[in-house]
Amino acid sequence: MYVAVKGGEKAIKNAHDWLAQIRRGNTKISEIKINQLSEQLTLSVDRIISEGSLFDRELAALALKQSRGDLIEAIFLIRTFRTTLPRLATSKPINTSKMICKRRISATFKDIPGGQNLGPTFDYTHRLLDGLKGPKNLVIDTERDRAEDLDMPKILDLLNKEGLIEDQIDTLEEPIDITRSSIQYPTTRAARLQALSRADEGFLLGLAYSTQRGYGGTHAFIGELRIGLVAVNMEIPELEITITVAEIEVTECETINQFTGSKKELAKFTRGYGLVMGQCERKAISMALVDRALRWKELGESYQNVPTQNEEFVISHCDNIQSTGFVEHIKLPHYVDFQSELELVRKIRSQQMKD
Amino acid sequence: MDELKYNFAYLDEQTKKTIRRAILKGLSIPGYQVPFSSREMPMPYGWGTGGIQVTSSCIKQDDTLKVIDQGSDDTTNAVSIRNFFKRVTNVQTTEDTNKATIIQTRHRIPEIPLVEKQILIYQVPTPEPFRFLEPSEFETRKIHALKEYGIMHLKLYEDISKNGHISTSYNYPVLVDDNYISAPSPIPKFDNPKMNNNPAIQLFGAGREQRIYAIPPYTKVISLDFEDYPFEATKANAVCQLCGATDSYLDEIIIDNAGGRMFVCSDTNYCQNNLLKKIYNP
Amino acid sequence: MNMNEIIKITDLTKSFGNIIACSSITLEVYPGEIVGIVGESGSGKTTLLKCASGLYKPDSGEVFFRSDDNYVQNICNISEPDLRQLMRTDWSFIHQNPRDGLRMNISAGGNIGEKLMAIGNRHYGNIREAAAAWLEKVEIDSSRIDELPSNFSGGMQQRLQIARCLITEPKLIYMDEPTGGLDVSVQAKILDLIKKLVEELNIAAVIVTHDLGVVRLLADRVLVMKDGHIVEQGITDQVLDDPHHAYTQLLVSSIIQV
Repeated sequence: MYVAVKGGEKAIKNAHDWLAQIRRGNTKISEIKINQLSEQLTLSVDRIISEGSLFDRELAALALKQSRGDLIEAIFLIRTFRTTLPRLATSKPINTSKMICKRRISATFKDIPGGQNLGPTFDYTHRLLDGLKGPKNLVIDTERDRAEDLDMPKILDLLNKEGLIEDQIDTLEEPIDITRSSIQYPTTRAARLQALSRADEGFLLGLAYSTQRGYGGTHAFIGELRIGLVAVNMEIPELEITITVAEIEVTECETINQFTGSKKELAKFTRGYGLVMGQCERKAISMALVDRALRWKELGESYQNVPTQNEEFVISHCDNIQSTGFVEHIKLPHYVDFQSELELVRKIRSQQMKD
Repeated sequence: MDELKYNFAYLDEQTKKTIRRAILKGLSIPGYQVPFSSREMPMPYGWGTGGIQVTSSCIKQDDTLKVIDQGSDDTTNAVSIRNFFKRVTNVQTTEDTNKATIIQTRHRIPEIPLVEKQILIYQVPTPEPFRFLEPSEFETRKIHALKEYGIMHLKLYEDISKNGHISTSYNYPVLVDDNYISAPSPIPKFDNPKMNNNPAIQLFGAGREQRIYAIPPYTKVISLDFEDYPFEATKANAVCQLCGATDSYLDEIIIDNAGGRMFVCSDTNYCQNNLLKKIYNP
Repeated sequence: MNMNEIIKITDLTKSFGNIIACSSITLEVYPGEIVGIVGESGSGKTTLLKCASGLYKPDSGEVFFRSDDNYVQNICNISEPDLRQLMRTDWSFIHQNPRDGLRMNISAGGNIGEKLMAIGNRHYGNIREAAAAWLEKVEIDSSRIDELPSNFSGGMQQRLQIARCLITEPKLIYMDEPTGGLDVSVQAKILDLIKKLVEELNIAAVIVTHDLGVVRLLADRVLVMKDGHIVEQGITDQVLDDPHHAYTQLLVSSIIQV
């Protein structure tokens, strides 16, 4: 009987073998290729990039394949790989006003300098299944991606010229790196934004939605949403030059929110900010709403006792790798703890029966 | 990209150094939870990543590693962690408590008394002993800083008032070095006395919660109680039906469909040693 | 520093933005004395109480507290651990809303016994006995010791809070409208109870209220505050029977005489 408790080693091997088999699926069907995933399941790959916080399409696609399409599992693979990478240098902050946009919209102004550009969006598609043959009339235009080299000023900067929106003041403080030191509460906006940028999309979406339904409320307009390529630049101090080491795709969402003001200060709008690696529009918008809700103290708003105002609640629970690990760890044996509870319940019961 | 190469014990040396600094700080302030920048490990959070990072940072080529989960060397997660270290360090592993220089554990302290120069590394899910009395980290840090420790006894008071007993049976809070209240991790309270004045170094790693704490050798560790309701290190009132041990913590195993059960040692290595002794010195 | 007072406030000023909540307030309280501070809302009385109890730091001025052993501490620059220690031992604070002063998920006995545990009492039986005795003192049947506060009426909850605060026999209690949220019929009983206990234990008290009836019943001395200033002070009966300041006269005349 006791032997049944032994044999963990063998059990694990069997499980791994079975997993490998089922991951491959029916061997009569050809094996999926990494480049097929990175080319055709781009938004899955983008989500892995964003929440894995590592910009590498090939690795993300590999993770997607290895995880049988389970995105959180794939993100986990990327995170554990990322954490082992040495830090050779720190890049300069990316400049999103220099973005080569493939999508750029504003919900607050009808016409904007540089123009509105829908880009490759699902927004106005009818959600009808295509059928097995896929979409009709595929139009290939290889120039599309690089067509926009226009000057596209940030909409919120235009508002700011009139003083209508709060200034973004650079505190010049070195922001903490949340992957290199643990977050302390109360925390800073820089730390929060980092945490939100790699946070679980579903969690942020739910929180953002709750602010719109009355659990909090920040009345957001999308001032500007842009998706496109930005250069990652690095200074080489020895040579006194700046070089571009990479070009990455990011999604940026800037919201314009309810105004503040006081007797001393003129009324002005406030901001929420979302920035996510890859094309992750839903997440960037959610992030901006949650960011804005978390700023209540700094903006002198009252605490309404809603989850999105509680930074410890939001930041401690937004990481899906932490959440999934701990939620699922209750699968592990708890014989010992359970046994001690069992003893206690028996003891209390026997006491109660005597009384 | 065919085969990715990792550093000895997986973590890079820089990271190990920062973790060792946290460990040293923890040893200097026994029971104090030192924040550290926990890394994503190849196992999920909640599955021992804190302990694994501490082990990674301490382990050397000449160490002998033992990994137990629920007292057993052979439960799936213990096997998985041991295999991980075999793969990334190639150090010797053992099931024998006496031979191990580093023991990583989840939820138990071995029955065989530990000795100097051994390191016992606990996997900790919730390092904050006050977490279920106060959910906010900001507030619990204040509780420790100001030593507002009355509320832990308040909890014990409520237990006794409700049930006639202190109804905490595992993860039973301890006072370390007459100073900090700490969580012993979810070991059964039967194991608590083993923490006191232990010759080995006891290190606690909580990966998800990003905390490390420590108990140096020969440190006073007492379990909180009332004078008239003293702490009791309880276990099932039975003997091991395999080795006959009366002094070890027992697991209860259901053996048939009628709900029949037997008691066996939770510490499998201890049980095995007892059995061998019986065979060779009947 | 030598002082006879238990608490001495000198020249205390506290503003919020452009609003001066307390302006150059000076106040002494002697051991065993009950001082009432009356005024309408916005008069600065609650701000004064919060400065006196270390919850607010004044802009200028000092607050001195003398312990039993004649040790004098300046509350304005006291460290947080020392302040908390005072709160556990020499001081207590009775809130208007018992929910602010009680742990609602902890039994009556636990609530009352908590301070004993906080100062190191480790005998369950003794703690429980003391909690039961205090239940009786505040006129609640001690058989209800294991019930949660939510099982008790508002007046009873206030009694629980009083027991919780007084079990360590503090030297000084601060009260902010201690009967504010209660029915008139219950108010009188609670005030009687407070008066009895405070006299019995020889506790000094500072009580803030807008209700002259409360002051009349409890306070030895009264201070009348308006717009951050003390406009009148003296022996309670003298001030209320022969008010000098126009504002005090207005307050007194506005009470319905029973």
